[in-house]
Amino acid sequence: MSDATLHTRRHAFRAATEEAPLLRITLIGIAVAGLAILVFAPLAVVFAEALREGWLAAVESLGNQDARSAIWLTLLITAIAVPANAAFGIAAAWFITKFDFRGKAFLITLIDLPFSVSPVVAGLCIVLLFGANSAIGGWLVANGWPIVFAIPGIVLATIFVTFPFVARELIPVMIEQGRAEEEAALTLGASGWRTFWTVTLPNIRWALLYGTLLCTARAMGEFGAVAVVSGKIRGQTATMPITIEMLYNEYLSVAAFSMAALLTALALVTLLLKTLLELRHADQLAAIRRH
Amino acid sequence: MTHRPLVHKTAMPGLGLSAGITIAMLSIVVLLPIGALLLKGANFGLSNILEVVTRERVAASLYLSFKLALLAALFNLIFGVLLAWVLVRYRFPGKRFLDAAVDLPFALPTAVAGIALTALYAPNGAFGSVAQEIGWKIAYTQMGIFIALVFVGLPFVTRTVQPVIEEIDREVEEASATLGASRLYTLRHVILPMLMPAALTGFALALARAVGEYGSVIFIAGNIPLRTEIAPLLIVIQLEEFNYDAAAAIGIAMLVISFVMLLAINLIQIVSRRRMGHV
Amino acid sequence: MFKSKSSRIGASLSAIALALAAAVPVHAETLLNVSYDPTRELYRDVNAAFTEKWAAEGHDAPTIETSHGGSGAQARAVIDGLSAQVVTLALASDIDKIADAGKLPADWQSRLPHNSSPYTSTIVFLVREGNPKGINDWGDLVKEGVEVITPNPKTSGGARWNYLAAWAWAEKNGQDPKEFVGQLYTHVPVLDTGARGSTTTFAQRGIGDVLLAWENEAYLALEEIGEDQFDIVVPSVSVLAEPPVAVVEGNITSDAQRELATAYLDFLYSPEGQALAFKHYYRAWDTSAAAPEDVARFPKLDLVSIEEFGGWKKVQPEHFGDGGIFDQIYTAK
Repeated sequence: MSDATLHTRRHAFRAATEEAPLLRITLIGIAVAGLAILVFAPLAVVFAEALREGWLAAVESLGNQDARSAIWLTLLITAIAVPANAAFGIAAAWFITKFDFRGKAFLITLIDLPFSVSPVVAGLCIVLLFGANSAIGGWLVANGWPIVFAIPGIVLATIFVTFPFVARELIPVMIEQGRAEEEAALTLGASGWRTFWTVTLPNIRWALLYGTLLCTARAMGEFGAVAVVSGKIRGQTATMPITIEMLYNEYLSVAAFSMAALLTALALVTLLLKTLLELRHADQLAAIRRH
Repeated sequence: MTHRPLVHKTAMPGLGLSAGITIAMLSIVVLLPIGALLLKGANFGLSNILEVVTRERVAASLYLSFKLALLAALFNLIFGVLLAWVLVRYRFPGKRFLDAAVDLPFALPTAVAGIALTALYAPNGAFGSVAQEIGWKIAYTQMGIFIALVFVGLPFVTRTVQPVIEEIDREVEEASATLGASRLYTLRHVILPMLMPAALTGFALALARAVGEYGSVIFIAGNIPLRTEIAPLLIVIQLEEFNYDAAAAIGIAMLVISFVMLLAINLIQIVSRRRMGHV
Repeated sequence: MFKSKSSRIGASLSAIALALAAAVPVHAETLLNVSYDPTRELYRDVNAAFTEKWAAEGHDAPTIETSHGGSGAQARAVIDGLSAQVVTLALASDIDKIADAGKLPADWQSRLPHNSSPYTSTIVFLVREGNPKGINDWGDLVKEGVEVITPNPKTSGGARWNYLAAWAWAEKNGQDPKEFVGQLYTHVPVLDTGARGSTTTFAQRGIGDVLLAWENEAYLALEEIGEDQFDIVVPSVSVLAEPPVAVVEGNITSDAQRELATAYLDFLYSPEGQALAFKHYYRAWDTSAAAPEDVARFPKLDLVSIEEFGGWKKVQPEHFGDGGIFDQIYTAK
């Protein structure tokens, strides 16, 4: 380390805001190696297992009625949970960063709470509240609106486990940006909505996009909480992760991993989308950062 | 922080709407279900809850869950800040690819991640066999649990720190260098404090996520009582025995400990931010 | 922004409503059979055969769904409102719990022949090819250096039978059963949560020298994973596991549905249903329609039934309840 320091000092003029090359290469090396071991290796296992009997077997296993209904169900649930969480995230971030009030840390902690609740406990909570043996659940079931072991319960469980994602992305960014720009716009006579659309949203859109994509990936993959409230009925309440577990337990490991690979691929597409957007709007991004 | 009506403090619009949506959704999705859990616990009684939680196996599993979650979050804190720095500041081939890969732990369903990690780290797996050569056992030990927890919490710190590094004004670093500070001094005393609030947020999230993790851990844990049995598994075991009360008791204990830890971290953050002034 | 989001939520909600409406059948009856893990393959065949037979008898072809999971978790789901018309679980005590919740009469087990168990099974050993550690009976499991794979009796019905079989052997061979079982679990390096998890740990991860498994699971593992890798060893003493079935009266909505549910369970006792059970490595009762080789593969051994332990109502709390003997094995040092 002291070598690196000396080195930096010697080139202080040229590289005042950069690390010595040796340190830089070491850091890059650690980052690449860490991700390779922790992330790429498990991913490779999933795809290798899926393709063990070739592409045809993998694709074929996704074509049957049950697999299709699982895919459709997962997409439906994501399509409900993600917009709900995006709306919540924007509202919560606005509330927390634009106003001063007592108990802010407490409120932020409440928003984080779903992360610290084991998904299993989350499922349990929903069963305790809406299960057939509870007051609310009993009434809903009697009126033909079952929550648990039906789609609404799965949606609720999914929103629960992905609850903090968008808010958590937006809050630090909006804190960094402060309120000056919004205040200026308002002083100049812009309406609240107009200020939000033209000032706040452009500033937070990357964080919003990122949070939404993350939320999407996590919503599609949630297993623990959904397993408790789903009932695991094939073709009705079996989501993709539940179906993966069922297939794996039936020794159909190619089918299980094919579906896992598809799920991962769906998430990869959302991540790729984000990267593409970043590339395409690199100029604007740089402009935002430079201001 | 004197208590005055909020409207007078700021001219910002949307207080009612944003507060309304926040409180309403928080109540329906989070507070009501957790309230149902707490109600279950209240009916069970505090002394009964304490009796359940202090049982040798329960206490051991709670200790194990929090210890390993803390270690995993610490690892993620250091590795995550490093990764964020590398991804924002350096240019090297494959950087975008690496950047996208950080989110993969969110994308893999936890059960699939558990199966894949076990396949890798079991004694006959790619990494497990290498580890066995040097006498290490990873899968079915606490090491295995640690790896699964690092995996699920990996993206948090990187993703909270990255935008902050992007926002850092290079002039600050230049000023520091001009004043004669070495690069390492600047990193430690100028940059790192700027990253701390965001890094702490990421740490808190990674910690919270790791404590409750079930799906990926049970495959790799071994689940031997007192040694590799995590608290969420004990909850599942209590449910199997139709013992909702004991399950709720352990769930509440986890909830309270996590909540206090998160609250402490959020308070530290607000205090440190106030000390530094609004960045 | 908020507005467009909320209208999207509205659209999504109506999509759910449509999906739910679509899920309600118009003509044909539906039946949900909530079962436990190792019966997946069996009920896939039974459902197909029964549907065909029912339609051939002049009814509308019914839709039969089956849900699988840990026996206890499945029973809990039914208690919490999963609308199963038929349950086919691993343990009578799990169906007793559903009866306690008032969904079926307390005397459910006397309503069908053989304690309402259309098929039975037992616990055997699966060892590595050639049986390198020379494991032939329960006593060999606690030999130096032998690793045993079995699921957690707390979360797996099958694991409770494993435990009881070891207990029964110790009793019959003049050993202190509690001490023997305690010793046995010190040889267990991994306690998976379910029977299938243990099979994977043993077969795919290469952990352990012997897997304690349902007989049907052991045969299935041979078939699915490879006959050349494992051998089945039958111990001198084992248990007679009787997985029971019942109609969940509380979830029956119409006479037509009751007729269907009853016929479905009767089918399990018919020569055809029994033949399917034999085919899937269960020890069933009626051999009249079964393939002779399916029947002949089962070796005779000394089987101990749950009644000899005093029934599930006694065994469950005493051995597997909170602070029961299984807990004491780990905590009392």
